[in-house]
Amino acid sequence: MSHQLGWKVGGEQGAGIDSTGEIFAWTMHRLGYYVFAYRHFMSRIKGGHTNYKIRVADAEITHHGDDLHILVAFDQETVNVNWNELVDGGIVIADGSLKAPDDARVQFCNIPLTGLAKEAGSAIMKNMVAVGVTAAIVGLTPEHFLPVIEERFAKKGQDVVDSNLSAVRKGFAHYNEHFAGHLALPDAPESVDPNHLYISGNEAVALGALAAGCRVLAQYPITPATEVMYSLVKYLPEYGGVVIQAEDEIAAVNMALGANYAGTRSMTCTSGPGFSLMMEALGLSGMSETPLVIVDVQRSGPSTGLPTKTEQSDLYEALYGSHGEFPRIVLAPTSVQECFSYAVLAFNLAERYQCPVILASDLYMGMSKGSTDLLDTTAVSIERGKLLADADLAGVTRGEFRRYAVTDDGVSPRAIPGQKGGRFIALGNEHDELGFEMEDQTMRNLQMDKRARKLTGYTGPNGVTAVGPASSALTLVGFGSTKGVIAEAREALLAEGLQVSHVQLGVLAPFPEDALKPYVEGAGRLLVVEVNSRGQLADQLRLHLGHHEKLDSCLKYDGDPLLIADIVKRAKEVLSVGSPS
Amino acid sequence: MAVLADYKAEKPTWCPGCGDFGVLNALQRAAVDLALDPEEMVVVSGIGCSGKLSAYFGSYGLHTIHGRSLPTAQGVKMANRDLTVVAAGGDGDGFGIGLGHFIHAMRRNIDITYLVMDNHIYGLTTGQTSPTSDHGMVTKTAPKGAVEEPVHPLELALVTGCGFIAQGFSGDIAQLSQIIKRAIAHKGFSFVNIYSPCVTYNKQNTYEFYKGNVKKVEEIDGYDATNRFAVLQQVSEAHALLTGVLYEAERPTFEQSVPRFATTGLSQLEHRLDAKDYERLLADFR
Repeated sequence: MSHQLGWKVGGEQGAGIDSTGEIFAWTMHRLGYYVFAYRHFMSRIKGGHTNYKIRVADAEITHHGDDLHILVAFDQETVNVNWNELVDGGIVIADGSLKAPDDARVQFCNIPLTGLAKEAGSAIMKNMVAVGVTAAIVGLTPEHFLPVIEERFAKKGQDVVDSNLSAVRKGFAHYNEHFAGHLALPDAPESVDPNHLYISGNEAVALGALAAGCRVLAQYPITPATEVMYSLVKYLPEYGGVVIQAEDEIAAVNMALGANYAGTRSMTCTSGPGFSLMMEALGLSGMSETPLVIVDVQRSGPSTGLPTKTEQSDLYEALYGSHGEFPRIVLAPTSVQECFSYAVLAFNLAERYQCPVILASDLYMGMSKGSTDLLDTTAVSIERGKLLADADLAGVTRGEFRRYAVTDDGVSPRAIPGQKGGRFIALGNEHDELGFEMEDQTMRNLQMDKRARKLTGYTGPNGVTAVGPASSALTLVGFGSTKGVIAEAREALLAEGLQVSHVQLGVLAPFPEDALKPYVEGAGRLLVVEVNSRGQLADQLRLHLGHHEKLDSCLKYDGDPLLIADIVKRAKEVLSVGSPS
Repeated sequence: MAVLADYKAEKPTWCPGCGDFGVLNALQRAAVDLALDPEEMVVVSGIGCSGKLSAYFGSYGLHTIHGRSLPTAQGVKMANRDLTVVAAGGDGDGFGIGLGHFIHAMRRNIDITYLVMDNHIYGLTTGQTSPTSDHGMVTKTAPKGAVEEPVHPLELALVTGCGFIAQGFSGDIAQLSQIIKRAIAHKGFSFVNIYSPCVTYNKQNTYEFYKGNVKKVEEIDGYDATNRFAVLQQVSEAHALLTGVLYEAERPTFEQSVPRFATTGLSQLEHRLDAKDYERLLADFR
């Protein structure tokens, strides 16, 4: 990263931390910068430490960055918790009389944020005072923030807009009067891409589902997946669709299955605890060959775990959950634009292969927001696989439609209720070609083999992104949301003269062994980077490709997202370079 | 126009004399009388002897997992509101493992019909206590008699505010088919509890028992199927041994209440976004 600035605001939950972060982030985004925002929060409404980190750069980034340049602290805990993240020469904007814990390596500015806010009209605007101070530090003016302030507060009246702007100005003036330190923003881009969007993974998944033709969402609220529901609560009525807030995740997934059976694209969206409740229906989708899309925005487990913290620990469950054996597809988008495109892909694959598709993102991917110019809506296509048209069924006598016909590719033509001649029963019992429950051993094997065959001929994307030569001394391997942080770690290692490649997986099932093979065979060592404690992806590599002797893991499961330094440090250990620390 | 034969599918494998034959027969007659196109109907069933109904009735069918016929059936209806959707299951499926969904389906009020074949026993698993087994009933899992109070489905439906509550008996197919006709015609969630004797594992709740003990509400002087509290009292005092349409009230359906829900079945519509749609949708993120 050529030049960047890390900014963070922290305080007690419920103290307006999120809105301060949003105003700063949106303003930077509108100026053409690329921002990435990560929210650290707790499972409670009021109190407890929360912070909002925003990284500003002059090129697209998908990580919140290890470094912090400016910290806005509304309480002492914010100072203490985030102190070590501050770079030398950083600036702390500290409300009132908060204390610096130790040395003088940062500029610690005690500013009466609350006092100045009261002067502007209300203590609640202390966050706007802090925005003004930030403007002074980074060389912007209060007016730069006006468009976003107007957008957020216009509904509340011109008075509210004016007093908020006044609070920004007071902060700006106070800093310039009493302090001198400045930290430069990156150079602003000369032009802003018309497709410059500021969007979260969850929002992109919702948009992708809408684009794919999903018109029924059945969901039970759960952190960190609820934002998908919020987005579709907004969109679906505009397109005649419906969001059902189900009584639990079991109902949600079965509603989605029922809607897909009846011919309307539908999905459910959840996180770990809800995903666990969906396991039986996952099998019904597999056995009845009913398309089904489940979005699992993973969070820290097991059980309730750390409900507001990120993790990639549902991989085993996505790959193996539910009893019996049936084909499934597991996708893990590696960027916000893939949250969009893979949501579309999930629906297309679910219908092409008539099986469940699990779209596994995580809290970090789902709830973080970033600037991107790459979200491509022109590539969307809706492909419904072997769904029959009414004309295809014209010659079929009622009761003779072979929904589960044994075919070469394992996929059987499908009818939906309402179609003449297409009558059949979808079911979780083993069945014959007509869909009648039976226990004939020959037919059992024919049907099991038919279902299994569907994915042996998988022609969807393999989801592998590889950067660098296959024969590097070290190849970093990750899946899903970690692409950005691994890419930056690789750059840092390259800058130190090390030979490192990077392979990121976006599809976990069917496992892309052919695409991975040259990298696994060619690499000196493989460092598998994942946000879980068991090395679930590393297990998949061993299972499908062997080379146990080459594999090392870089694991994180303490609730915080991976840092670039975590990977760099582990990579050096594996390569036995640098000083052990 | 469909005839009775059009609603027949696979040959049932229920025990000879099973009450579920009566339910299948009554549903077929109701469909003929209502002139429903078999291909515009979906029967969604749960697990158990009752769950086999979807295979034996000649419409589209969805034989789901245990206890989940209601959420699945609601999903079907949301996908295509023009379909006639019937969910079916037994007392174990609906009042044991799936009881939560029953209450929520009633409050949601999606326009589907729910048939429960209530035999007070787990039949397909060969005779264990069910949620509607009488207190003291001896079963394989309660050799000294059931110690729990049974679920009272009719009272539960009444206090939950269900807009159509009826009870039938497999031994009276003529009455049951009339009840099912009215249930399907009702706009909103309709619940029909059906005493459907298990001739193999329940020697207590038999055809003879019901024949001698149930009373038709139309034969009760002054019975008012619109007075919820009076119905609650009568059902309770009669130990639920009443048949007929017990309660009916008009309530707005979910489909009617959801803002801007498509009036044509969603499955019949194209759902592609164009450049203008994207322009408008992405404006929020610029």
